[in-house]
Amino acid sequence: MAVVKVQRPKLNAGEKVYFGALLKGMFITLRHAVRSLFGKTPGAKSLKSSGLGVTMQYPEEKWDDQMPEYYRGTPALVTDEQDRERCVSCQLCEFICPPKAIKITPGEIPDGDEWAKVEKRPKEFDIDMIRCIYCGMCEEVCPEQAIYLRPDYVVTGTSRQDMVHDKERLYEIGGKRVGLVNKWNDLK
Amino acid sequence: MSEEAPANTATAEKKLPKDLAAENGMVNVQIDGTWIQVPKGTRMIEAAKMAQKEVPHYCYHPKLSSPGNCRMCLVQMGMPPRLAPGQDPEYNDEGYQEIGWMPRPVIACANTVAENMGIRTTGDLVEKTREGVMEFLLINHPLDCPICDQAGECKLQEFSVEHGRGESRFQETKIKKPKNVDIGQNIRLDDERCIMCSRCIRFMDEVAEDPVLGFSQRGTHTSVTVHPGHRLDNNYSLNTADICPVGALTSNDFRFQMRVWFLKETKSIDTNCGTGANTVIWTRGNEIFRVTPRENNDVNSSWMPDSHRLAFHSLQTDDRLTQPLVKEDGNHIDVTWTEAVNKAAELLKSGNVAVIASGKQSNEELFLTQKIASAIKSDLLTIVPRKGEPDGKLISEDRNPNSTGANLIFQADDAASKLETIKNEVRSGNVRTLLVLHENLLDEAGFTTSDLEKLENLIILHTHANPTAALASVVIPAAGFAEKRATYVNVTGRLQRANQAVIAPGETRDDWESLGTILAKIDPTFTIPSSLDGVLKLLSTEIPAFKDQTFGSIGDLGVPITETGITIPLVEREKEKIKSGQIVG
Repeated sequence: MAVVKVQRPKLNAGEKVYFGALLKGMFITLRHAVRSLFGKTPGAKSLKSSGLGVTMQYPEEKWDDQMPEYYRGTPALVTDEQDRERCVSCQLCEFICPPKAIKITPGEIPDGDEWAKVEKRPKEFDIDMIRCIYCGMCEEVCPEQAIYLRPDYVVTGTSRQDMVHDKERLYEIGGKRVGLVNKWNDLK
Repeated sequence: MSEEAPANTATAEKKLPKDLAAENGMVNVQIDGTWIQVPKGTRMIEAAKMAQKEVPHYCYHPKLSSPGNCRMCLVQMGMPPRLAPGQDPEYNDEGYQEIGWMPRPVIACANTVAENMGIRTTGDLVEKTREGVMEFLLINHPLDCPICDQAGECKLQEFSVEHGRGESRFQETKIKKPKNVDIGQNIRLDDERCIMCSRCIRFMDEVAEDPVLGFSQRGTHTSVTVHPGHRLDNNYSLNTADICPVGALTSNDFRFQMRVWFLKETKSIDTNCGTGANTVIWTRGNEIFRVTPRENNDVNSSWMPDSHRLAFHSLQTDDRLTQPLVKEDGNHIDVTWTEAVNKAAELLKSGNVAVIASGKQSNEELFLTQKIASAIKSDLLTIVPRKGEPDGKLISEDRNPNSTGANLIFQADDAASKLETIKNEVRSGNVRTLLVLHENLLDEAGFTTSDLEKLENLIILHTHANPTAALASVVIPAAGFAEKRATYVNVTGRLQRANQAVIAPGETRDDWESLGTILAKIDPTFTIPSSLDGVLKLLSTEIPAFKDQTFGSIGDLGVPITETGITIPLVEREKEKIKSGQIVG
């Protein structure tokens, strides 16, 4: 292999002292500091900064509108166009859930209910968000398209009980989802 | 086999496999290329089972007649070609004739084997046939699996994965049939899920002898119905849900309670009557969800009465005793288990004691009870008789699960004979202390509150809060039937084993522990065995009938240890049917 000898650059006296370069660096830092006070940091806009540098003031400011459609946050239950709760409490998500975060108590839909022909729905549906690892297996296994990982990622609470999402909370997060397979249609 | 034939003798005929088999009433059958010997008259499906080849089936059930209507068990069959007049059969080197395979499949469930028959449970023809049958069965089957209680133990699910084509070609509208029909107290019918195997119809006709089910309509509209004006209210109706291969008949009691794949199975026995039907207890966590029968052809065949299988609910009520109690100044106060047991032993040492044990207790418990009675030198020891109307099938007249065991252990002809004596002694005031085990004396035993108030001390060991316990000076909580390991002897004299499925609530300890500790306090020469197995070992050395029996030797199906002359009517009837060839058994 050919050997290439690299010549060290010859430095003049000013460069050898390096003090000038130090000052130059400090000046650049200072210039950025001053500009940031006026909200002129490069990239501040795209990074949604507060104006003070590129720092985002979480939780007053959030990334939410930057998040992709497919972002997988908290699992939640959804209703369909007809406001029917899609979950029939088959308990497959409870079975597949690797950290055992889901607990379902199945119940029967009483006669006379609009959706009595579905026969079954959850009486209670709890997801322990301390246990949840956001893997999305519940969404994948669901035969009724009833559980989805929603973009919500802020799950806070002051007690363990606060961190358990009950059925009501899950439907609140999940909301209505349209365009899913309408399995329990009039022909059914 | 061939070694037995005389070798190298030109004159002696070498015995052919067919002759060797015929000597023992067997025939040679080739199953998937392997020759085996099976008894003459065996169904092809059973022969395949002996060769450990699974033949998928829906309508066939060994305990019922075989109508052969589901067509799922189709296999390929072959026989030696028919000989021309004067032609001699040709045998190959192994002594078998060449098999000529039939071009069309036959059902394995209703055909019997023959000499030199060939059966193929795999291969193109069989696999295509199964795929076709599965496709027909699934045409009108709804996509109910997420809401269907059978999911997870559904033969249609299993076989469609194994033998189905994976996707539907059916473009037309599915036939609608009645769903969620209330046909009886314990059973829910869903006609869309039914695959017309007719197992339930045959069960109600042949075993329950209450033929209320039948088919109506024809073709794709065929559906299972109850006879107009009748309901499926038989006490054996839940067995139809067990044998239903799909979710057409499901249990009302178990409806939407839990998916079966979460449940743990524990082999046990039923303790609601002297028959001691073999059961499986299905639990999740510490909760029992259902009890189903387990096959034992000497006790309960594959069946069980509804009333007995639903009796487990009584274990999961709010009135369970969970805390040892001692009465002080007319009030029960909570004490530790040790304090309660010490107090009980102290009171039992005071003399003038009678012991009322129970036929609901296990052999080990009765043995320790008997030892307590002899340690305090009391011959006033009895159980409470519990009789009821026998139903001529599985429910015995004797509603105690262990009267036979009590007779053996107390070495009496009738362990309940002294109940009246004790009652009189209590009334006359001769008995000052009474130890009551698993019985509410104000109930079947016929005591009155004023009788019990005459007593100085009343010690009770019971699972549930009851009026007798309310009067007791010492109350020790006891474990129920699914909460302990135990052995029982049923009315026919069969020693059977019950396993622990759940943990008893609160401060409850196993009865043998409570009784053993009390006994050790009374009789210092007695050392408590370190485990229940030790108690049974002690029992087996002292009571001749139990000689050499251990929890291991009893096994899942039990062992007969004594003769009582009592038989179980339903089992006897099935034996008759097997003999006459109506069922396989």
